[in-house]
Amino acid sequence: MTARLAHMDLRRLAPRVVVGLLVGFALLYILVLANPSPDIGGNWRTTTFGSAVDDWQSFTRTLLNALTFAGLLFIVASGFSLIFGFMRVVNMAHGSFYLLGGYVAYEVQQKMTGAGYTIAGIEVNTWEWVLPALIAAASIGIVGLVVQQVFLRWNQGQELRQALMTIAISVIIADQILAHFNEGLASSVTWPGWTNRLVALPLLGIQYSLARLIILFLGLAVGFGLWIWLYRTRTGMVIRAGVDDRQMTSALGVNLQLTFAIAFVVGSSLAAFGGVVGASQGAVAPGQDGQWLLNSLVVVIIGGLGSLLGAAAGSLLYGLVFSFAAVYLPTIGSNCCTQYSIVFTFVLLALVLAFRPQGLFGRFS
Amino acid sequence: MGDPKAATERIIGVGALVIAVVAPLIFNAYWVDVILTQALIFGIAAASMIFLAAYGGMISLAQTMLMGSAGFMIGNMVTKNGAGGETKGLTLGWNPTLALVIALLGTTLLGILLGALAARSTGIYYLMITLTYSVVGFYFVGQVTVVSGFSGIANINSYTPPFIGDIVENRNRLYYIALGVALAVYAAIRFIIRTPFGLSLQGLRDEPLRMSSLGYAVPLHRTLAFGLSAFMAALAGVLLVWWQGQVAPGDIGLQATLDLLIIAVIGGLTRIEGAWVGALAFIVIGNYIRDSWLTDLLDTTHIGGSFQTIIGLTFLVIVIISPDGLMGVWDRLWGLKSGRDGGEGPSVTAVPAGEKV
Repeated sequence: MTARLAHMDLRRLAPRVVVGLLVGFALLYILVLANPSPDIGGNWRTTTFGSAVDDWQSFTRTLLNALTFAGLLFIVASGFSLIFGFMRVVNMAHGSFYLLGGYVAYEVQQKMTGAGYTIAGIEVNTWEWVLPALIAAASIGIVGLVVQQVFLRWNQGQELRQALMTIAISVIIADQILAHFNEGLASSVTWPGWTNRLVALPLLGIQYSLARLIILFLGLAVGFGLWIWLYRTRTGMVIRAGVDDRQMTSALGVNLQLTFAIAFVVGSSLAAFGGVVGASQGAVAPGQDGQWLLNSLVVVIIGGLGSLLGAAAGSLLYGLVFSFAAVYLPTIGSNCCTQYSIVFTFVLLALVLAFRPQGLFGRFS
Repeated sequence: MGDPKAATERIIGVGALVIAVVAPLIFNAYWVDVILTQALIFGIAAASMIFLAAYGGMISLAQTMLMGSAGFMIGNMVTKNGAGGETKGLTLGWNPTLALVIALLGTTLLGILLGALAARSTGIYYLMITLTYSVVGFYFVGQVTVVSGFSGIANINSYTPPFIGDIVENRNRLYYIALGVALAVYAAIRFIIRTPFGLSLQGLRDEPLRMSSLGYAVPLHRTLAFGLSAFMAALAGVLLVWWQGQVAPGDIGLQATLDLLIIAVIGGLTRIEGAWVGALAFIVIGNYIRDSWLTDLLDTTHIGGSFQTIIGLTFLVIVIISPDGLMGVWDRLWGLKSGRDGGEGPSVTAVPAGEKV
């Protein structure tokens, strides 16, 4: 009896020990063990910047990069998670909505400013960024609504069929973007001029891009807005009830079809808004639809499907691993190993799947 | 035996086999090399996907990645460095037979590992997890320039094992090899599903909870099935690098992954035969639609876009009309004729929510 209990404990303990050791080593490595990279050669302890003790500023900058990237991840993935958690639809066109959002905002901003291909940041005022973003979010929301009403409404519950339909739609959208938006070239939306500067962060002792801090702020704002919506309004209450038990909610006389439509519009708009932010920070280009579908999938698989907290936690973890792996992996010779950073995304995913297949905050339904 | 549908299918099957065997005499070289060989190869890959879907209830989007895994392994192992050699990849210059064995076994092992990680998930979760495998694999071979880089490894088919021989000049030889492998894979799947393993696999497809309480190791069965399908995908992957001569991250990118899924769905996710039907249909459409009146129609109507739009629309229509693809249409036609349900079991794509999650 005691032997069996001990066995149980060991089985429950083992994953925690493994994860604890891995995370502990990663932290130790980043904080203390790593050394700055020499010009030639190196060993397993040499990284781009060296440890946090050696180079505190680079460490905080990487941390802020991770947080701001997590903000963008959250904007996009929360929409994906909302749609899946509530409607059980895996929207494989979510990455396409992201891309489409970025391109629509680009076109609108070009029209508004009357500029050519590149716009200097100083020439863009706040309004000329906010309006394209709103138009992009609204128009992709409508695209999402059409997709939901025409293709997904009549076959509810057929998850795979719905996933296949959204795949077909993503193939069509990808091709139509090539045909109609800026000849399918990589395109950037320009941030408002006033964000194009560095701000001093006295507590951390570094200067940091204001635009990136705004991404973090936007991520937090979206999170806060979603929280208010889901936990403080009637529609949100219906959605949460629907996540838990759809049939019961419907039996209580709630018009679920209307709520489904609203949730799909909001989810699609979030993808598009994420696309605008992504296009402002870097650029949108064909092929990124797959990348952002991957990002959304990784975030919700880590965090747990259909959970707002899970989407936040998943974004944070993925953002941290992504940003730190890119600069804190050993560099031997000329930039040898940081290119392996994608492996760590997979390791993160594998750890979660192996020890907690339903995701950190997910529940098995 | 008295079933007219089964008899008709047997006649069609034998007819298709006879045509396939004498194909180099009937069709021109382009058709044999580009259409038929390619259809056989992608049919094998699609069969590995349909095997999992139809008999294990798992929709795997990792099959192209597993194909690519075998392809990249072979590419790294057989190509040689030095004068007149290749520059990309590890250029190990190993014995091609050894490389072939390592690539097949290595990919199977990778499949078992990845399958074990996903084994506790089902349904749409399985699809999402295997999709992440696929996309991570794409970025891995793209970013890790030591093993490939985005331009890929070329000239792999100059190094084939002696029993394969020269397939660069002698394309019909490659066609017959692909035909042989396709037949072997088809026969193997038909055999596997009749073994105790195959039967319990189908049992846990329908009733995972009941099978689990009967004492069957559900995750283990799923893992082994995934390993088997990885082996089949590896065969297809090796044939594909021999056919293309090269392997690049684009071969396992999202587009390629979706293409294979489209092949499997066009054929029908419920029946193995659908794999080759779907592959042939997809490749013929892909070959002849590029500059046809359909793409012209897109231009004249100002919708714009290329044949990809048409592929997407075709796929969408098929999923709407017949989620079980062409084989589903075939089954239903027989059902109409005999006035009963012609389906051979529950549709994979039309499973109600909540049943298998």
